[in-house]
Amino acid sequence: MCLALPARLVHRLDDDRAVVDLGGVRKTISVALTPEAQTGSYVIVHVGHAIGVLDADEAERTLALFAELAASGTQP
Amino acid sequence: MKYVDEFRDGGVARGIAAALAGEVDRSRQYSFMEFCGGHTHAISRYGIAELLPPNVRMVHGPGCPVCVLPIGRIDLAIGLALERGVILCTYGDVMRVPASEGLSLMRAKARGADIRMVYSAADALTLARDHPGREVVFLAIGFETTTPPTALVIRQAAKAGLANFSVLCNHVLTPSAITHILESPEVREYGTVPIDGFVGPAHVSIVIGSRPYEHFAEEYRKPVVIAGFEPLDVMQAIVMLVRQVEQGRAEVENEFTRAVTRDGNLAAQAVVSEVFELRPSFEWRGLGEVPYSALKIRPAFADFDAEARFGLSYRPVPDHKQCECGAILRGVKKPVDCKLFGTVCTPDNPMGSCMVSSEGACAAHYTYGRFRDIPVVAA
Repeated sequence: MCLALPARLVHRLDDDRAVVDLGGVRKTISVALTPEAQTGSYVIVHVGHAIGVLDADEAERTLALFAELAASGTQP
Repeated sequence: MKYVDEFRDGGVARGIAAALAGEVDRSRQYSFMEFCGGHTHAISRYGIAELLPPNVRMVHGPGCPVCVLPIGRIDLAIGLALERGVILCTYGDVMRVPASEGLSLMRAKARGADIRMVYSAADALTLARDHPGREVVFLAIGFETTTPPTALVIRQAAKAGLANFSVLCNHVLTPSAITHILESPEVREYGTVPIDGFVGPAHVSIVIGSRPYEHFAEEYRKPVVIAGFEPLDVMQAIVMLVRQVEQGRAEVENEFTRAVTRDGNLAAQAVVSEVFELRPSFEWRGLGEVPYSALKIRPAFADFDAEARFGLSYRPVPDHKQCECGAILRGVKKPVDCKLFGTVCTPDNPMGSCMVSSEGACAAHYTYGRFRDIPVVAA
């Protein structure tokens, strides 16, 4: 039910709407809840609405943390 | 897909599992509740249960809005569609939830009710604009993730003066459900559901932020780690929970920093509080009446409140006698403890709500985990 996926904001339309790209699929959604979302940023889309903007730097930091932890686990 | 595939890397997951195995204290048991159905689904689908050390157990929580919606609320919607002739719109997940008299929205539709599945609340609003001669009711369900879009359409309908649109509101609140579990006798007194910490909601927390959980960590001395719904997020969160337990800490930590802040989405919170107010009490399937655990439409928007417009009054209906959904939603029982599981109750023909949504504990176990219970023997 709380399913939501990160999608790239392609361009904004009028009336708080925007076109997003999700793995090549384009869809018009509402960005009324994320007024700060800009072209090129990744928004988290839930039931046709962007509910948040993804922080690319934090995503990189989390992935780096995973890699570090995984490496510590696989070292003898 | 960017920001999805990287968080599902099997090799990294095995590495984290190995690191976790090195960090747990073999002499004790850990049990963590994942509140959200999204996490329950990820744990089953990606085989996370198999990656965990044997002394780490995940307890499924009640965070599946379809699962906790009581029969009486669906009966209200079916009544509107069958007896009042409205166009009833709702999210696809709700269509097969069993209601009274062997009905569900799907079966009511087969009897001729005009029930339509929508992807977004905005689609329901469009239907109302396209059918000015019909009453259009949106059956709204969901946690804090799904509430802001409903608030937006109510506000839009008010602005446009749309006279044939209303919402049957069933939006529920995560923090009050967690409090209810922590206060339940099973957790507090009997110790039948030992909970050492919580994997906190992903998308709910995007909206409400991490601050609302700080109270549980302090008051109940339970660690909370907010985690994304991808398998690596869940693995990392479990590592963080084990570390908190081992270090004797009970704090709110945020694994899902790429989307969750301490304050959450303020624009979304503003529209929700403009349109909704707290309900003094709301019935949850499995948990019973939970005080201040749901939202209702504010009097200023009463024209768009289906309960007011159609004079609806709620009548509670008990679940199927042998259905264990209630105990499963409280973490007291597992799906396989239910006599109906996998026999008369299957995802194709669900008897209980936990078998309906793919996020329900029973549906997740039926789809991905049920063969785990059968020992492998040589032919």
